[in-house]
Amino acid sequence: MEANAPHNADRQAADSQAKDRQDADGQANFDRVIAEDSRIEPKDWMPDAYRKTLLRQISQHAHSEIIGMQPEANWISRAPSLKRKAILMAKVQDEAGHGLYLYSAAETLGQTRDKMMADLIAGKARYSSIFNYPALTWADMGAIGWLVDGAAICNQVPLCRASYGPYGRAMVRVCKEESFHQRQGFEILLELAHGTPEQKHLAQDAVNRWYAPALMMFGPPDDDSPNSRQSMAWNIKRFSNDELRSRFVGMMVEQVRVLGLTLPDSEIRFNEDTKKWEHGPLDWNEFHEVLAGRGPCNAQRLERRREAHDDGAWVREAAAAYAAKQSLKTKEYAA
Amino acid sequence: MNESKGPEATTDRNAWGLWEVFVRSSRGLSHVHAGSLHAPDAAMALRNARDLYTRRNEGVSIWVVPADAIAASDPDSKGSFFESPQGKDYRHATYYTKSEGVKHL
Repeated sequence: MEANAPHNADRQAADSQAKDRQDADGQANFDRVIAEDSRIEPKDWMPDAYRKTLLRQISQHAHSEIIGMQPEANWISRAPSLKRKAILMAKVQDEAGHGLYLYSAAETLGQTRDKMMADLIAGKARYSSIFNYPALTWADMGAIGWLVDGAAICNQVPLCRASYGPYGRAMVRVCKEESFHQRQGFEILLELAHGTPEQKHLAQDAVNRWYAPALMMFGPPDDDSPNSRQSMAWNIKRFSNDELRSRFVGMMVEQVRVLGLTLPDSEIRFNEDTKKWEHGPLDWNEFHEVLAGRGPCNAQRLERRREAHDDGAWVREAAAAYAAKQSLKTKEYAA
Repeated sequence: MNESKGPEATTDRNAWGLWEVFVRSSRGLSHVHAGSLHAPDAAMALRNARDLYTRRNEGVSIWVVPADAIAASDPDSKGSFFESPQGKDYRHATYYTKSEGVKHL
């Protein structure tokens, strides 16, 4: 054994040198691909921090889609017409699909889907703070579609060009499907705003409650967003949080006029010097509280997710048992 | 496969393999890779693929293939593996310029 020790040490040193050389080559290739604004694919060498950042972002994004089904699913049985019910079901089904596209993309980075699901259920994973607010009235289905999906689209369109191939491709699919989500929300608000005074009041109340949380979906102000700079250098993010937020405010200012409603923000203005839209102060303490798990619906959302997972256990087990039995039968025939 | 219970019992999905999904968007076109999903068997993989990748008439035909049945080229050997066509411009019609102006050629 002792005689082998120096030999092992030599081999270890050689292995470690070979690894260093591979890493150096890999880094050079990675840097070149990023500089050319091309795409990194799953089997390419990538820096650990790049992999970790993407895995965090994509899995959080997937969780947001899955948890995001809840505030709306809750209204399916109370939709005011068959048409609205069918639309809402299609939208919620899309959110499930978007979650699955994104879990697939995250898996290519080396994380199993089980682990991501388990982390979400155990309360260890984050998802967008917006889904921890309650959907109190039917008008909230309008405000969520218009403001929340609107903000999501603003965020997601540039992500179609994210430097990680599978993420970009998932986002292309998501964005294609998402545009109906915003339009159906806008239409709900438009119809309520032109309905009875009570209906108009419902619409305005929903916009009042969802406006600030929607603006906060873009994440903390640039000065307070330490990871943004690196993500932009890696071509994952293309625009800063504040840049996207300002663009979104500009779009909403136009659209709210068509609705005949108002945004609950008296400080919105177009800054002629910077050529950017500005908005009033947002309560970032609230944002961090909700993110830390102390929002109005955090516990309820996780509990519901856990319940759904447990309720589905027998289906997963039955499907696996059936598959096992079928494959046994196939083998018997073959023999 | 599903012997343990409780919150840790999420491993039951491990029994569900990864499938790659290919969709033919209309007659006359090839199947194109659309994405992947997990399913316990081929029949469920097809049903899930229909629900996941053709909610808006995106396809007239679907293939599902177990992901581990796909053999892939090694990205690291990109240089040597694909070097053969390099410098062989004469395999393209654009290489032949002397016939410029001649019709139907």
